[in-house]
Amino acid sequence: MYRIVDKESFSENVVKLEINAPRIAKKRKAGHFVIVKTGDKGERIPLTIAQADPVKGTITLVIQKVGVSSHKISRLNVGDTLTDIAGPLGQATHIENVGTVLCAGGGVGIAPLLPIVEAMKKEGNKVITVLAARSKELIILEDEMRLYSDEIIIMTDDGSYGKKGLVTEGMEEVIKKIKIDQVIAIGPAIMMKYASLLTRKYNIPTLVSLNSIMVDGTGMCGACRVSVGGETKFVCVDGPEFNAHEVDFDELLSRLAAYKEEESIAYQNYLKTK
Amino acid sequence: MAINPEFLKEERNKEWRIQLRQEIKNKERVSRERIKMPEQEPDVRNRNSKEVNLGLSEEQAVKEARRCIDCPDPTCITGCPVEINIPKFIKYIEAGDFLSSAKVLKETNSLPAVCGRVCPQEVQCEIACFYEKKMNKPAVAIGHLERFAADYERDSGKMFVPETAEKNNIKVGIIGSGPGGLTAAGDLAKYGYDVTVFEALHELGGVLKYGIPEFRLPNNVVDVEIDNLRKMGVKFITNFIVGKTASIDDLKKEGFVSFFVGSGAGLPRFMNIPGENYVGIFSANEYLTRINLMNAAKPDFDTPVLYGKNVAVIGGGNTAMDSVRTAKRLGAERAMIIYRRTFEEMPARIEERKHAQEEGIEFLNLNSPVEYYADKNGRVNRMRVQKMELGEPDSSGRRRPVPIEGSEYYIDVDLVVVSVGVSPNPLIPKSVPELKITKWDTIEVNPENMQSSIPEIFAGGDIVRGGATVILAMGDGRKAAAGMHEYIQMRLKKK
Repeated sequence: MYRIVDKESFSENVVKLEINAPRIAKKRKAGHFVIVKTGDKGERIPLTIAQADPVKGTITLVIQKVGVSSHKISRLNVGDTLTDIAGPLGQATHIENVGTVLCAGGGVGIAPLLPIVEAMKKEGNKVITVLAARSKELIILEDEMRLYSDEIIIMTDDGSYGKKGLVTEGMEEVIKKIKIDQVIAIGPAIMMKYASLLTRKYNIPTLVSLNSIMVDGTGMCGACRVSVGGETKFVCVDGPEFNAHEVDFDELLSRLAAYKEEESIAYQNYLKTK
Repeated sequence: MAINPEFLKEERNKEWRIQLRQEIKNKERVSRERIKMPEQEPDVRNRNSKEVNLGLSEEQAVKEARRCIDCPDPTCITGCPVEINIPKFIKYIEAGDFLSSAKVLKETNSLPAVCGRVCPQEVQCEIACFYEKKMNKPAVAIGHLERFAADYERDSGKMFVPETAEKNNIKVGIIGSGPGGLTAAGDLAKYGYDVTVFEALHELGGVLKYGIPEFRLPNNVVDVEIDNLRKMGVKFITNFIVGKTASIDDLKKEGFVSFFVGSGAGLPRFMNIPGENYVGIFSANEYLTRINLMNAAKPDFDTPVLYGKNVAVIGGGNTAMDSVRTAKRLGAERAMIIYRRTFEEMPARIEERKHAQEEGIEFLNLNSPVEYYADKNGRVNRMRVQKMELGEPDSSGRRRPVPIEGSEYYIDVDLVVVSVGVSPNPLIPKSVPELKITKWDTIEVNPENMQSSIPEIFAGGDIVRGGATVILAMGDGRKAAAGMHEYIQMRLKKK
């Protein structure tokens, strides 16, 4: 069913998988995610779709090894199949010509940002993209991003590529230089928190795509709930994108860490058996 | 679709039924005590996930079946949402022909082993039993007998596959593989349709799998019933979210002519009180799904779940009972129900409540949570609770709980499960904008045939009722299947 037709390793911990899923490829829009499960005893995890080819019937996912489930998926090779993929889920990104859009991607958050950069550009926006990661090998999909960006700024924590510094520094540099009408920031929750604080200072409308813990992904369990503008929202059906300035990031960060201990023990045990 | 009384009479007058009635005098039948379902001991079962009820032996079943006097006017049938021919299946048990008994069940019920376990018989068939109505005695144990016959058949390895009409190659789609969907699928297969069931999750069975715990309904029981539907030609597709993976319109283009929507009550409600999003506070749906569907409590499965020493479950329904009993089984020292009314108003089945009490569950009735508190990591560690008293009856007819001023106090908790109800899953209604919905976001249907405002779309179960029972969903599925059959046949005639 969900056969892997192509695999590329971006770095030791980050892989790109192109997977046969024709129905999802046909329906998917920028911003959508899928729920993926591998093995009969596997966990259901949400992954945002990076690219899709409706003609070929494939979707592309970028996975970073952070725990047991992502490790298991990363180990799959061309010809292997994923046990389950369900989607496309969530609300698609609202794409509109607003003028100049600043797209900021951190780490594997660059992957889900790609379809948004593409759609924003095709809608007629001027797109400035900031890609940030710890080091050079974690800057992914740069060529694809260049295709749809009017300008690209690369930031690395260690200065091994582009400029040395955090994503927010790259963003602020752009914001000071030209008028930005809309910001879209995707990456680790902590990165989105600081990106949001920055754009609030400059009063620029900002969207973030949240990566909360999910089980079913269809609104049934409420594991992904998050406070937005003082109201509880479900990331899976109301999101995954929200107005960054209304998101309670501290609550999100604490909920994301709910299973930190269990996950770390499970991962250590898993690595011992490999 | 009421069952034909003439047919019932004819069946009752068959030689073997007359003979059975003559064998034992009614006076003797009614003098017998109702059988007690054998159970695991409370302090044993609250530490394992095995079924609480052990099922009747052949001898016990026959003995209980003899209590049924085979009334000329079997009122019990009118109490059954799927109108099982109850006296007939019971009399086959009395005659020792258990396979024929199971066959009778399957004439109108595609999931008898499920119903025998989770139906609230005490407010349906059994309350309408002659014993209850006229003699003020405990009813014939119809539910226990149903379970017996269905289990006997399954264990015999001679599962009866209901006959299906000649294939008509007309494609119909069932959305959701819960009790309503499975029932509709079975009936439509019997009519000869080409039936495909679309399930959003990776496992089939809907609430029977993710919701009801193993100790009440083993997954294997559900799987066997699904296999039986497969043998009848029903196709199943998992990981398919109608409205997302494909729309109803897409499916129409692929040749589907009519649909049954049984997508369930997918949206858990919360109370919207301060602190409700702290770590360690789950909806009942999430807590039960992690454990039942994802097997989170088994070490070789990848999905995690949090454990609690002091667990509070908010609510008084069957799902609340399932959650609190699950928490106890997973090692909770203190497992509490926090319910704002009293036992009198509690919606959970009496059997579930009784089982919970035996297992050491604490009931804090007339209590309602006001606020949650957390430790430095955001994990819930305490809750503030308010005592209530009952006031005037509200719109549901139950006495309204009123807070007692100055009664607030604190309880230490490290796990909270919120089980205060569910709202209908908005996925289908949202993806079909023309579909008429009620102010409660349920799909509006004609109660006679479960047809929605769009003629080819039928619906039933919680997406129509908001939050009901397995058997009512099954009754809807059955009604809808008949409605779909009539609708499709009429459309064919018009052409």
